[in-house]
Amino acid sequence: MFDILKMSISALLAHKMRTVLTTLGITIGVFTVGAITAIIEGLNSSFESQISMMGSDVFYISKGSWFGGYESWINARKRKPVDVDLADYISENAINVSATSPMVNRHRTLKYKDKSIESVEVTGVNHLMPMIEGTEIDAGRFFSESECRHRKNVVVIGENIRKEFFPDTNPVGEKIYISGHRFMVIGLFEKKGKMLFNDMDNRVQVPYLTFSKLFQRRNRGANIAVKSTSTAMLDDSKEEVRNLVRHYRHLKPSDEDDFAINQMNTLVDMYNRMTALLWAVAIGIGSISLVVGGIGVMNIMLVSVTERTREIGIRKSVGATRQKILFQFLFESMAVCSIGVISGLLLATGAAYIIHTFTPLAAKVPANWGILGAGVVVLVGLIFGMWPANRAARLDPIDALRFG
Amino acid sequence: MEVKSEKKVGENPEKTEEKNNMTGQNTLIKFDHISRIYQMGAETIRALDDISLTIHVNDYISIMGPSGSGKSTLMNIIGCLDTPTSGVYQFEDEIVCDMNSEKIIKMNDNQLASIRNKKIGFVFQTFNLLPRATAFQNVELPLIYAGIPRHERREKVLKALKDVSLADRSTHTPSELSGGQRQRVAIARALVNSPSIILADEPTGNLDSETSREIMVFLDELHRLNNTVIIVTHEPDIAAHAHRMIHILDGKIDRDEINHQKIKNPVNV
Repeated sequence: MFDILKMSISALLAHKMRTVLTTLGITIGVFTVGAITAIIEGLNSSFESQISMMGSDVFYISKGSWFGGYESWINARKRKPVDVDLADYISENAINVSATSPMVNRHRTLKYKDKSIESVEVTGVNHLMPMIEGTEIDAGRFFSESECRHRKNVVVIGENIRKEFFPDTNPVGEKIYISGHRFMVIGLFEKKGKMLFNDMDNRVQVPYLTFSKLFQRRNRGANIAVKSTSTAMLDDSKEEVRNLVRHYRHLKPSDEDDFAINQMNTLVDMYNRMTALLWAVAIGIGSISLVVGGIGVMNIMLVSVTERTREIGIRKSVGATRQKILFQFLFESMAVCSIGVISGLLLATGAAYIIHTFTPLAAKVPANWGILGAGVVVLVGLIFGMWPANRAARLDPIDALRFG
Repeated sequence: MEVKSEKKVGENPEKTEEKNNMTGQNTLIKFDHISRIYQMGAETIRALDDISLTIHVNDYISIMGPSGSGKSTLMNIIGCLDTPTSGVYQFEDEIVCDMNSEKIIKMNDNQLASIRNKKIGFVFQTFNLLPRATAFQNVELPLIYAGIPRHERREKVLKALKDVSLADRSTHTPSELSGGQRQRVAIARALVNSPSIILADEPTGNLDSETSREIMVFLDELHRLNNTVIIVTHEPDIAAHAHRMIHILDGKIDRDEINHQKIKNPVNV
């Protein structure tokens, strides 16, 4: 068997260029599937850690749904904005809620001495926000309830802001300017990295009452972050909060909700839909190019069988059985496929590396590629090699010897 | 008929233990009313027409005839590349096919391949070597299909190449060898599995007269070393090397005669 395998390989080496061109289809197929799997794997590994970081017991009350699409956004525009005081109302009345905080935000310019950063998202929250979202403070502290109530100009900044303004010094106690208002830096968020398209390290949080006083005279609406007592109670607390909000907004029983309860789970759903689409694309392109590649292999194997009719006759005359000829040509077609698969995998690994190095997307080489590759070799090689190999095996030795 | 004879180039002719038949020789091949009919559309071609023939161990036979006479078909059937449409073909003590009895016996493809592999050594007019393989690999081929382990193969191949005086050419491909050398590689390949019979189909057809003589010396030597040799040829001087000359015409045996120049004591006619 090993000797027959060797014969197959030497036949391929005799036509290097042809072999490589033949395998191109398979290379492309394997590359496509491989590269997309790498991206999905990369997304999965970073996404899962980020989602778990967010906490699965937190939800947000907003005017509209985050992921509802265009139509629900148009609907939401007509609704009443969410009132910051709703946060207090919920925490006073709900049983299954452990904490709430309003969230108001605007993009503002930050200045420190002669340095400035444009369009930073400044968020106004209350003192409970670190507890709700599970954020840690690296240096200094978060602001207190009284600082919030007294509308103090205090700010907690993220890692990226620190790097820009205070590369070598301790930011705590320093003064920075937000849209011209002087704030004291009292704390530094721990480094969290990127979360999908949001850089968590760009965060800047101030007391929401300070925020309203300085940046938001007109009420443009808020989001309310609500932390349930536990993950198990999440559905109960959502329902309870929904009813409280309806009551707060004086909705009649026949009215629909004029607000939305959002959750990171919605994000997970959206993410799953996106990766499912990617998978479909990968499998679609992959299988089409594998079929095309397979037909290429079949074609070249038919050519090879015809070219080598005389060789087949010689082999039969010295005692090769049909099975041995069959195996020789099957091995050959599988060898062609494996060249395609190996180069496809190498290209995909290269692509994954490039994506990983030069884009924020993390691309990871999945461990099961070997199995994938072997499966493709066996399947495509066997399916598309069978007909030519069978044709070779069934050649009549006399006709074959007379050929050419 | 129990026949066991070890025939290897380089071995001394040995007296084989045998149950003698009437002519005092061992039967190797027996053709009993063999016909081979091709159907070409509406036309029926009788390539072989009711041939009965007995070939003995250590025969040296030439088969002659004009083209289209059926000598190639006869060769192919002897060589188990083709099967007859009627008649009985017995090779040693095995029935290759029996189309005459009520229950038709016919070896299957694998059995025929096995006979070709172990019992028959072909030498062709066009050498039929694998062009990309070296002399060594070409000679090795029958041994691979016989499933012989690598170290044994190597030994046998080198010996066979030495027997045809090509030990120093084992790594050359056919294109690097002369016509005569190629045919000697083919002879080495035919011999390497110690076959019961050597079938040479126009072995000198593609060679000049000098090289032809050289190849015929080899075939004479093979016969002298107790091998059974059949040569198909249309050249009378090549045929004259054989001890028995069979003439085929229109699918029938026209003449089957002893070459009196070679044999003084005819025993098998």
